[in-house]
Amino acid sequence: MTLLQMFQSNICSPMVLAFAFGVVCRLIKSEMAIPRDLYTSLSIYLLFALGLKGGVELSHSQWQELLLPAVVTITLGCITPISSFLTLRYLGRFSIADAAGIAAHYGSVSAVTFIAAEKFVFANLGEKSVAPFMPTLLTLLEIPGIQIALAIGVLGLAKSKRVKDQAAGSPLHDASSPSLGAVWHELLTARSMVLLVGGMVIGVIIGYEGYAPVKPFFDKGEWMFKGALTLFLLEMGLVAGSRLSDLKHTGAFLIAFGIAAPIVHGAVGVYLGSLAGLDAGSCTVLGTMAASASYIAAPPAVRMTLPEANPTFYLTAALAITFPFNLLVGIPLYFRMALAITGLETP
Amino acid sequence: MNTHTLTLLTIVAETLLKDRLIHEIRQAGANGFTLTEVSGEGSRQRRVSEILGDNIKIEIITKPETADKILTVLQQDFFSRYAVVGYLSEVQVVREDKYT
Repeated sequence: MTLLQMFQSNICSPMVLAFAFGVVCRLIKSEMAIPRDLYTSLSIYLLFALGLKGGVELSHSQWQELLLPAVVTITLGCITPISSFLTLRYLGRFSIADAAGIAAHYGSVSAVTFIAAEKFVFANLGEKSVAPFMPTLLTLLEIPGIQIALAIGVLGLAKSKRVKDQAAGSPLHDASSPSLGAVWHELLTARSMVLLVGGMVIGVIIGYEGYAPVKPFFDKGEWMFKGALTLFLLEMGLVAGSRLSDLKHTGAFLIAFGIAAPIVHGAVGVYLGSLAGLDAGSCTVLGTMAASASYIAAPPAVRMTLPEANPTFYLTAALAITFPFNLLVGIPLYFRMALAITGLETP
Repeated sequence: MNTHTLTLLTIVAETLLKDRLIHEIRQAGANGFTLTEVSGEGSRQRRVSEILGDNIKIEIITKPETADKILTVLQQDFFSRYAVVGYLSEVQVVREDKYT
């Protein structure tokens, strides 16, 4: 299959079309909206199902297999926020808060993009083509990126404030920020984190046997999950569509960043995955994880800790640029890179 | 009926601040509050309610000094950084001891 054919088959999947439909609904200013409670319910279902299945698979995995991929994943979680911050701050000339806020989103990971990548690989290489422990890696990648970017932002702002205060000769005024403990609590108890980890622990405890009765409801291969995912993507399309008008305010640099950053991070992810001995399917998923930008865990954490960062920048970049880019072009691209680097023949 | 004059402090803030605001209200010594979910637009940029949630309104009936204490904390730590407004009004209540 050529890269072009791959794009075509990807674009005609129900998920991608549902996303596009959502965008169209906003563009034609339709009043159609998905109730917020349904959006929350769908995201709870998807994240919990993802954690549960991951845990079930984990209960039958060898811990040694997981070690190297885990190290690589945490390394990725440290690289992506720093590279994003430096690019935005020094090439894009963004303020410290804005650069750090956006970097937190790109350092973290989007679970729905992860699921889309898995679906794509399954469709091309078969159901067993992605390592069962990938959801564990997803959980590992969720937090460090946000924490590192927030730390850069908070420290950077404190430093520039100190310099300003000294210049003005005024004593240090400590504006009350949430304490470090509060930020950790917020991240560790965020909806996405709790559902992924909770699902995973339950999955490990119940194993295949305990999973069987709930499998038709929760399993990624079943109709229920696929349907819910399609509906969720319709909502994502609506949200992305309503942010399209904000592209005018974000400037060309952020648009370019929203496309270039995932390509670079995706390539690094695929490469590091292959170094850790992952197969082509898992490399694709790891690359997609590195390339994706969070929009469930990161926004509240950033808003809380770095309220100086403009939400229009980070939400528009993550939702209206990077998410659709990955969904349409990125995933087939990382898949292609993974095939090339692992030497697997094109299916 | 015999009524007493107390202060009603109304705070409208982004949902994200709920726990921190409740902490400050308790800290200042208020006896209770009423919290409702609300929506609206303000002087800042368009809110991103799909992802970050809508607003909350917290109403606190209390002594003028306590309301002032809470408003001072809002002024110091919240107004410049977050989407928050707070305003005072006078209200007539029966059972004054319930609020103070």
